[in-house]
Parts: sequence; C-alpha cells; structure tokens
Amino acid sequence: MSDASQSGLTQTGPRLRSRSEALAGTMPPLLADAERLASTVVLGAHGRRRSGMGDEFWQYRPMAHGDEARMIDWRRSAKSDVHFIKEKEWQAAQSVLIWVDDSQSMAFTGDKNRATKSDRARLLALAMSVLLVRGGERVGLSTIGQAPRSGPVQLVRIAEALTSDRDSGDYGVPQTTGLPFQSRAIFISDFMGDMAPVEAAMAKAADRGVRGAMLQVLDPMEESFPFDGRTIFESMGGSLRHETLKAGDLKTRYLDRLAERKGRLTALTQQAAWQFDTHHTDGSAQAALLWLYRATERMH
Amino acid sequence: MFMLGPIGFTAPLLLLALIALPILWLILRAIPPAPIRRRFPGVALLLGLTDDESQTDRTPWWLLLLRMLAAALIILGFAGPVLNPQVERDGTGPLLIVMDGTWADARDWPRRLDRVEGLLDEASRAGRTVAVIRLTDLPAGDLPFQAAESWSSRLNNLTPYPWEPDTDTVTAWAEALDGNFETFWMSDGLNRDHRDPVLSALEARGTVTVFESPRPVLALRPARFEDGVVKLTAIRAVPGVERAVTVTARGLDPSGVERALATAEMTFEADATEAELDLSLPPELRNRVTRFELTGIRSAGAVTLTDDALKRREVAMIAGTSDREGLELLSPLHYLRQALVPTADIIDGTLGDVLLANPDAIIFADVANVTETEQDALLDWLDQGGLLLRFAGPRLAASDVSRREEDPLMPIRLREGGRTVGGAMSWGEPKALQPFAEDSPFYGLGIPEEVAVTAQVMAQPGPELSERVIAALVDGTPLVTRKRIGDGQVILFHVTANAEWSSLPLSGLYVSMLERMAISTRPSNPTAEELQGTTWTPQEVLDGFGTARDAGTLPGVAGEDLAGGQLGPDLAPGLYAGEDRSIAVNVARDDTTLSPTSWPARIVVEGLALARETVLKGYALTFALMLLAVDMIASLFLSGRLRGPRGGIAAVLALFLLMPQGADAQDQDDALALSATSEVVLAHVVTGDGRLDDLAFAGLTGLSETLRRRTSIEPAEPLAVNLETDELAFFPFLYWPISEAQPIPSSDAYAKLNRYLRSGGMILFDTRDANVGRFGSGTPEGRKLQQLARPLDVPALEPIPSDHVLTRTFYLLQDFPGRYASRDVWVEAAPADAEQVEGMPFRNLNDGVTPVVIGGNDWASAWAVDRTGGAMFPVGRGYAGERQREIANRFGVNLIMHVLTGNYKSDQVHVPALLDRLGQ
Repeated sequence: MSDASQSGLTQTGPRLRSRSEALAGTMPPLLADAERLASTVVLGAHGRRRSGMGDEFWQYRPMAHGDEARMIDWRRSAKSDVHFIKEKEWQAAQSVLIWVDDSQSMAFTGDKNRATKSDRARLLALAMSVLLVRGGERVGLSTIGQAPRSGPVQLVRIAEALTSDRDSGDYGVPQTTGLPFQSRAIFISDFMGDMAPVEAAMAKAADRGVRGAMLQVLDPMEESFPFDGRTIFESMGGSLRHETLKAGDLKTRYLDRLAERKGRLTALTQQAAWQFDTHHTDGSAQAALLWLYRATERMH
Repeated sequence: MFMLGPIGFTAPLLLLALIALPILWLILRAIPPAPIRRRFPGVALLLGLTDDESQTDRTPWWLLLLRMLAAALIILGFAGPVLNPQVERDGTGPLLIVMDGTWADARDWPRRLDRVEGLLDEASRAGRTVAVIRLTDLPAGDLPFQAAESWSSRLNNLTPYPWEPDTDTVTAWAEALDGNFETFWMSDGLNRDHRDPVLSALEARGTVTVFESPRPVLALRPARFEDGVVKLTAIRAVPGVERAVTVTARGLDPSGVERALATAEMTFEADATEAELDLSLPPELRNRVTRFELTGIRSAGAVTLTDDALKRREVAMIAGTSDREGLELLSPLHYLRQALVPTADIIDGTLGDVLLANPDAIIFADVANVTETEQDALLDWLDQGGLLLRFAGPRLAASDVSRREEDPLMPIRLREGGRTVGGAMSWGEPKALQPFAEDSPFYGLGIPEEVAVTAQVMAQPGPELSERVIAALVDGTPLVTRKRIGDGQVILFHVTANAEWSSLPLSGLYVSMLERMAISTRPSNPTAEELQGTTWTPQEVLDGFGTARDAGTLPGVAGEDLAGGQLGPDLAPGLYAGEDRSIAVNVARDDTTLSPTSWPARIVVEGLALARETVLKGYALTFALMLLAVDMIASLFLSGRLRGPRGGIAAVLALFLLMPQGADAQDQDDALALSATSEVVLAHVVTGDGRLDDLAFAGLTGLSETLRRRTSIEPAEPLAVNLETDELAFFPFLYWPISEAQPIPSSDAYAKLNRYLRSGGMILFDTRDANVGRFGSGTPEGRKLQQLARPLDVPALEPIPSDHVLTRTFYLLQDFPGRYASRDVWVEAAPADAEQVEGMPFRNLNDGVTPVVIGGNDWASAWAVDRTGGAMFPVGRGYAGERQREIANRFGVNLIMHVLTGNYKSDQVHVPALLDRLGQ
C-alpha cells in the first residue's frame, strides 16, 4: 500500500487542516503520476468521425433537399455548378463518468512492494481523466455527484475526490447517479462482491443509452491463490469469513469460480455492447490505460 | 533417594506425572493446529466451499511424539535427576587409612589423594577420628588418630617414596598395633612379602577394605649396552592385553639443555609381562643419555638412570715404533687393543688428528718425544680432564726424556737406563707386585701370583715421588706413577704395554687396572666385592614421581650397600659418584619382576574411581526447550506459515532463534581491513577523549587533502584506530596525540605496537604542549608520554638533525612547526658511525625509517580542516601565521613521504639535484 492511499484512508474525522495537508501531500503525486501515464498515450485525431458542430473541416457535400441556403459554402460552390455545403466535424464534447471502486476490498495487496488494487484503479481513473480532459471531453467522477465537466480544474476536483477517504463497505457497488443519457461510463473495480448491484447498474446504464468499459483490477494473489494449511479467510472489512482446514484443496474450485465470475462479467458487458478486461496490479499500468483509451474510442 | 540405575531422583514423586502423558497424548491429538487468519478479498468466491477431507485437523504422530518427549523431559527434569548420587558410607570408631606410598603409587597419586579426601570427608561427616599413614614412612609410636579435617589440610604434603616398604619393619609394626579401628588400605597393586602378615594384623583390629587402581603398573629395568645396541626392558605386573609403551631417552643436548634425545616404542605381547627394545644410538648421542623413561608414566619405577655403563670411552692409541708386519704379538699395542676393544671406542691416527677428536684417554706405548706444538696441545687437553697413559719401553729407556728435569708429560724423572731383574745376565728373581696402598686407585684389586716384572724404567727419587706412586713392586720400586695436570692426569706404567718386560699384560689384573683408570667401560653391575671399601656420594636422587633432584647434602653411601642394598631412606635411587666414575641406582633392578596383588576373597576391594555427582536437571530442561523449539518450527511448517508470503521471514526468525550468533565481529574486522588496505589510509590512535579524537581526525583529513592536492599520494578518508581491538599492520602511519587522561594500553596492545614499530610502521607522538613546555619537561602530557612509551620498543632518539631525510623528502624544510613552533622534534638517532663526507651537505644515513617522531607542536590543529575545507584553528598571527600553517602542511607532506618512500631521498643519487635546488 503506497503512502498516498494509506494516508488518505486513515484520515477520519473533521480535522480539516490535517486532511488538507494530507491531500496536498498525496494529490500532486497522484496527479503527476496520472499525467506522466497519460503522456505516454499518443493523442491521435480525436474527432468524432462524423459531421456536426465543430471547428474542424469535415467534408463538402452537394446540397440536398432540406438544407438551408445559409449553409451553402459559396466559395466552393463557385468552382462548379453544384451547390456544396461545407460540413464541420462534429466536435461536441462527450461526457464520461468514471466510477472507481473505493471499497475496502480494493485496499488489498498480496505483497507490500506492490501497489494496492485501489491505488492502481485510482491512478488509471485519473490518467484517463487527464487524457479525456486533454481531448476536450467532459469528465466526472460518480462519487462527486456532479455532472461531468471539462477543464483542468475538473482534474483537480477529481484528484481531490480520489484521494479523499470515505467510509465504504467491503465490496463496491457501482454508482450510477447523475449518469447522463447517451454518455460514456468507465467502471473500475475488482468485481469481487455481489453481482446483483453490478447487473442493476448495467441495466440502468443500458436504459440510458450509456456505453462504456469495465476494467477489473485484480491482485496476482487473487489469481493464483497460493495458500495452504488451516486458514480463516476474512474479507478486508471483516464482514465475510470462511474457514478451511486445507486451503490448498480449495485452489482449483476458487479458480473455477473466478473464471465463472469473469465469464459473467464478459457476458454482461457484451449484452450492453460494453468492453471488458482484467488488469493485474503486477502488470504495467500503461497497458491498462491504453486499453481503456481504445475502449473509450470504440464507444462512438 | 529413588534410584534408576546410576541415576537418582531427588523428587521422585513428580515422576507420577508421567502417568498423565497418555492423557496429554489424547488431548493433543484432538486439537488441530491453530489456523492462520488471512485478509483476502477473494473470500466472497470461497463462500460455500467445503473441505474434501479433514486431514490436518489431527496433529501428525511425530509432532505429538516430539511434544510428548518434551513434556516427559520437563517432568523428569523437575524430578531432580542426579547421575552417580553420593551414597554415604556408614561406619563408626577410629579409621586407619594405610597408603603404600611407593613408587608404584606415584602414577596415580592425585587420584589416590582425591579418594582419600573423599574418605576423609565421609569420616568427618560421621565424626570419626582418622590416621593416615604410609607404609614407607611409618609413624613412630602410636597411630596418630586425629580429626579428619586436620588430615585434609595435610593431605597434599604426602608424597610417595621411590622405594618399597621394608618387609620386616612393616610386619613388626603391624603386629605391634593395638586398639580397634577400621582400616582402608590404598594398595599400589603390587604383591609384596609383607602383604599377608600386615593384612592379618590389621584384620585383628577391625574390618579392612582395600582400594586398588586397575591401572597397570609398569617399570623399566636398567639399560644395558650389549652388542652395540642399548637394550631396554619394561616389565608389568599383569599380563593380558597387548600394550605399546613409548620410551624416551633424555639427556643434555650440545647447548646444555635437557631434551628428549630419542624415542622408541616397545610392545608388551598379550601374555607377556616383559617387553624388550633394542635401541641403536650413535655413540655421540648415547654418551649424552642421562636417563630413559616410559613416556607418560609419572613414577620412579618408569625411570632408569644411566651411568658410565652406557658411556663408551674414546681412547686413542699411539705407538712409538711402527708396527712390524707379521709380528702381531710383539706389537706394543696388541694387548691394549685386546683389552679395550670390547669396552671402548678406539681412535687411530696421528697425535694431531686424535687430539681434534678430543678422546677421553690417549695411550702412548713407548713414545719418547713429542713436538713442542703437540706437547702444548696435549697439555691443554690434559688441563681439561684428559688422561694420558704412557707405557715405558726400549725407546723411552734409551731417550733422555725427563732425565735432568721432569718432562711436563711425564709424572716423574727417570734414571738413566733402567733395570733388568731375573734375566739370564742378572741376579735376583723377577719381581712381583706389592698389594695396592689404600690411596691408590687400584686399592682392592687382587694381585695374581703369576704377575712378574723382569725389566722396568727406574724413577729418580725425589720429594714428590712417594705421593705419585700408585703401584709398586715388592721391593718398593715404583711400577705405576701418576701426576695430576689441571683436571687431567698423566699415568706412567714403568713397563711395556706388551709382554716383553712383564707378564702383567697377560693377566686379568691388566684389564682391571685399565678399568679402574676409567679407560675402559666397566660392566654395568658392579658387585659388592668390587665396590668394597669405596664411598659414593649421591649426585642426584629420584623422588617417587621419577623427578631427579639435586642430592644436596645427603650423606655418602658405602660401595657394598650400593651394589646390593635394598632401597630405602638411606639409599635413595639416584646417581652416585665415586672417584672417577658414577653408578646409577635404579628402582627396578635387572632381576626385578612385578606381580599383582591377590587379596583373599573376604576382603572388599574397591576401585579408586570417585564418581562425581552430576545434576541432570539443567540438561533435561535444556533438551526439552530445544525440542519445543523444533516443535515450533515444525508447527509453523505444518500450518503453512513457512510457505506463505511471509514464510521466509518466519523461517529465518526461527532459525535465528536456534542458531548461535557471532559472525558480526569477523565482518567488522574484514570491513576495516578492506577499507584500510584498498587505499593509503592515515590513521590516528583513539585516545578516548572525544574532542581530541575529532581533532586528530580533522587534522589527518586536512593532511590527506593537502597530500591529494600536492603529491601523487591520494589517501582515503582517515581512520580512527583502537589499539586494543584493531589490527595495526594495515597502516603505514599512526598519529598519536597524547592526552593526560588516556588509558594505558594493555600488554597485548603493546605487543601489537612493538610488532608494528619493528615491521616498519611509524608513530608520530604529539604532546601538544610546545606552547607551555619544552620536550622532556614535566608537563602532564610529557609525563604521560613517558608513561605510555616505556613498554615500547623505541630506539635511541636525538633531536632531528639538520641533515635528516625528513628535511628533504618532498619539500626542503628546516623547521617543523605545527600550531606551535618549537624546534624540539625527536627522531631515531643516526648511527654512531655516520660521518659527513667533505663537500657533501649531509651525511650518508642510508638506513632505516625512524619508527617514531616525537614532538609537541600540535600538528593536527595546524592541519585540521572542517567539512568545508577551511582551517579549523588559527595559527599564529596574520601572514606569518599562514606561513607557519603552510610549513606545518609541508612537514606533514614530508613526513608521509618519508613513511612511504623510506630513505629514498637520502640516497646520494639525489645530491646533485638537491644541491642545485639549494643554490650551492
């Protein structure tokens, strides 16, 4: 667990001053990390690949029935007999709402030299935000409760929200409040908890015409289950516990269940035309960011 | 006390707890190992999964066994086990402890004393009175019964004697005892005539218990010289097992130190009581041997002293006439050779050659004249104890040797001619010999009747003649005369060495006379008759342990006692000296045999072994703890904690608990050695005064910096050296500031320092007091320096001369200031023969780096720099002060150059360049 998240999690109570100091201490690294990560993604042409409102030239097309006369580009039309209409590329900004699971289960790491899942998830979320803001999109964090906005100030707001601690349960529940219609959504979580809220959130998002990406962040230990002997497993918050006499025997069945969980998530996302991927905290954050970026590109 | 074999328990009731072990087994079996708690988000996926089998809920049997064992050990430990617990010996009434006190006791005397002490302890606890006696040293009068404690304190003064008790005396003493007492008899294990009567006499007074050591008794018979080898025989009392013993020949080496000259091994066959060894030694070595001993056995019986019997005399024989071929029997040396060959080593050669061999005796057979050089050499040799034996003959009779005045190599003056008696042309009968006078060395020898003298040379009468005659004819004419020269003597036989003038060489008397004159070696065992009438003074005597001691003022012993007497207080074994020979009296004689004791069956015979109480509680509990530690690791392993993510740490911790520590010091030493040797490092001695140590460090830092900037020496960071713990050999140079408070190093540290100084190290002593006192004056630091340097191996010192190599190793310097500018700097004094050659500016002092430089200029303060490189202390005032600091730095550079390059700059090769620089 890195210093940043730890200090964030341990700050409780209304001690504004110490909290703000902790915030000042942790936010710049997170933001800097996110910006450094974001800078590795080459910003390609981020147009909408369709005509619409915007500044960039898109195409000339012959005037069709129903087009207003003021739309005619006279300069182009003067070169021929047909009236052409100059279309601009549609550059209306997208709204992207990011949900980062801040439950206690995300605070797990199997190795103290490895970042927690939560750290990685927040880093990816903020890096994605940086990228989107640079692309002129409106970004919001579902936990802020405000509609997505654009601009660097929003980045600061997001970073602040990501580094502030909140009392949360053992497992995260996707928050879809303030999810605008036809917007985009990114869910980052370990999806280890109950699937019902996730399915409900997906259904709600699909209802609103929202498309997006779902990134499952897992620790390598959650994939390998390297335990043996008599063990009592407890969830991070302590609400769930399971005792076994031979942990080694459970490995195959656990892995089966994990695969089944991933399968369910994949199926769920495919139904809603979302993207799904699993990221491991020992892997490179850059790869995960690239995938997220591609996934949001494909949403259009 | 409850006993189980040799182990007793002080609290045996606790052993009942062992019954509970099976119950414990059942309980432990039922309890599975404690689970590990793990935080794991994936637990949500695990919910509802059940274990296939419940295997690990039972502790494995071997772990159970381990715990059972630990529990059992703890119970046993607290039950107080004691190995060989002391069992009290009961008894009342007076107690007599009889020790044989012979040489055979000596081999394990301390154990005997321990045993006696144990018996005394018991007696003192039982309140009994005790008498301790040795049969070799019987108490006069009644038995000295006293409190046991008073004997305990005297016990260590009891020593064994090198002789055996006298049968008659001991028997008489035992029969004269009265009263009732119990007897403990510490037997030496050898059977003797007095055993039975004394035993029955003691049994009449009370019960008798015998203590005897099962260790074998060994003795060494006197060494014999036969057929060119030394024959040694070791004997033992009890045959049985094959046993090898080592024999050491001891004697003085050429430098006069006693050492083992030879060792050899002899082996007792399994059923033999004797072991023989033939030891072939070179004559030179053989003559040096003073004693043989059985190695590792401390007893007078295992030592045999050697006397002249082993020593073979070296005798040189020189004949006046050259041998005539074929006329063997007429050769003047024939009879001498016959008599001497079996018992002496004969040297042939010219007089000059044999004198070089330093023989014990030289025999002149009818030799008249010797050259002056040879005479001088002979006289020297005589002075040192040589024996010159001359025989008369036709040549001597015809010469004018010792006629007018006495020849130095003749005992007397001779008359012209000589005489012939009993021949065809003369009157009278051949003359027989007079019995030898009492002061003659031949006194006691019988005179055979057939010995007759027909011709002889005649002695010139004189005042000294009578005292020089040691044998005479019946008519009173001298036959053998003797004169002492220094430690040696000249003996003249007035007859020939062959049978020409007398029948003496044909008789046994001839050989006996040669023996008496110590020319030939005597048979090893002189008989009482042979020694009749002689008195022998002890030179050294053996004690019971076989250690030779100076005899001191012991009285002399009559010869007949020496030959056959029994050893006792009057005749201790040792080396006895007579007039010109010595005889060894040994504990074991040629006919000594040893036989083991055979006690009647009714007598209780105990060993000497004194079993020590050993309390086993600690061992049992320690072992139990170790088992529990093993159990800890095993449990960790079983529960998977040795394999999980933090298993490595747990395993390492567990191992650390079990493993002894202590690799640290070694690593530290290595680190110091590496840092000190990978680069040149200046070092200062830790004085214990923190401020001073910092100053010294800063000073050396400054000097190192100066060196790096100005010269090709690039020292690393200076080091502080602790004289007690650190190795000094790595450092070419030590700076030792003197403070009044520093402790005196230990003697080990001084040994290290002296080694350092001898092997080329240099120490700069700085008393830092030049501002208040001159060198050698009584400042506190000066006194401390004297105190510190006293055990040091410091050579003679002198104030640094103006042509010392320190003045020119790098810079040309005349002064050596530090923070203070005193001229008192002392270095090793130049050799006395160093002279200044005309035209040379300095002497040729080509040897040696001075091991010490001593001064009081507080150089470290002048050199010291702080972390930013600025000077730490002011020196002098203004520009002159800076100049002084500069010179101080230059002195430092010169000093280190001197240390590292030695006297290189002293080499005259550099003179032209230096002269050039000096502008001359």
